Amino acid sequence: MPAAVQLTSVLKTLADPTRRAVFERIAREGEVAATGLVQGSKVSQPAVSQHLRALRDAGLVVERREGRHIHYRVAPKGLGPLVDWLGHYQTFWAERFANLERLLKESE
Amino acid sequence: MGETRAIAVEKMLPYPPERIWRTLTTSAEIAKWLMPNDFAAEVGRRFTFRTTPMGDWDGVVHCEVLDCDPPRLLRYSWIGGSDSNPAYGAKLNSVVTWTLTPVEGGTQLRFVHDGFVFPGNRFAFDAMGPGWGRAFDSIGRITGEV
Repeated sequence: MPAAVQLTSVLKTLADPTRRAVFERIAREGEVAATGLVQGSKVSQPAVSQHLRALRDAGLVVERREGRHIHYRVAPKGLGPLVDWLGHYQTFWAERFANLERLLKESE
Repeated sequence: MGETRAIAVEKMLPYPPERIWRTLTTSAEIAKWLMPNDFAAEVGRRFTFRTTPMGDWDGVVHCEVLDCDPPRLLRYSWIGGSDSNPAYGAKLNSVVTWTLTPVEGGTQLRFVHDGFVFPGNRFAFDAMGPGWGRAFDSIGRITGEV
C-alpha cells in the first residue's frame, strides 16, 4: 500500500471511537481473543467482528487462529504511518530551528 | 475527527528578544532559515511559504498572521499539503506560534506547531506536547515490537 493511502487508512480507521477503544484494549492487554473483547464491552458480537476486520484491513492488528478462537494483537508497524507523518515535521522543524540559531550566531 | 496534537520546541537563546524577533519577522531573514516567503508582520496579512511540490500539492503553504505583538508573540496559520500525500506533504490545517520571553542572559524562545489531527488515541499519544519524547517511546515500543 502506498504510504499516503496507509496514513489515510489508519486515520480513518481510528477515527471511530468504538473501534479506537477496541484497538486500545488490544494494545493494553497484549493479546485478546475476539470472544474476550465481546464479553468485556457493551458492543455486540457482530459489531466487534466488524471493527476487528477494519483494524486488520488497515494493518493495525494481526490475528492468530487457535482452534475455533481467533486472537488479536497490535500489528508491529501498524501505527508507523502516523509516526512517519509527525516525524517528518519534527525533523523539518528541528532543522529549521538549527538554521535559525546559526543565522543569529552569524549575524553577531 | 480526532484530536489535534502539537509539535513544540523550546530553547534559551543568548540574544535579546528584539534580535530574534527581527529574524522571525523579516521576509529576507525568514527565507534564510525557513523558506522563501512574502511575510509581513501585521495582523491579517496573508502570505505564503514556497517549498518543493510533492505529489499533487504545489508546495505552497498558505498562511495568515493571526497575532503580532513585537517582540513577544507571533502567530500564523499554516495550511497546505494534499490528502494524497504521506508524511511531510500531507494535508495540514494548522497554526504556528512563536513566543519570546526575556530571561537572564537572553530569550526563552518557544515554538508550537499545532493542528496535527490524530485519532484521539489516548493510549499512544497522551504524552505529547511537552512530553513528546515519551509519546514517541510508547509509539516506538508498539511499532518496534517484533
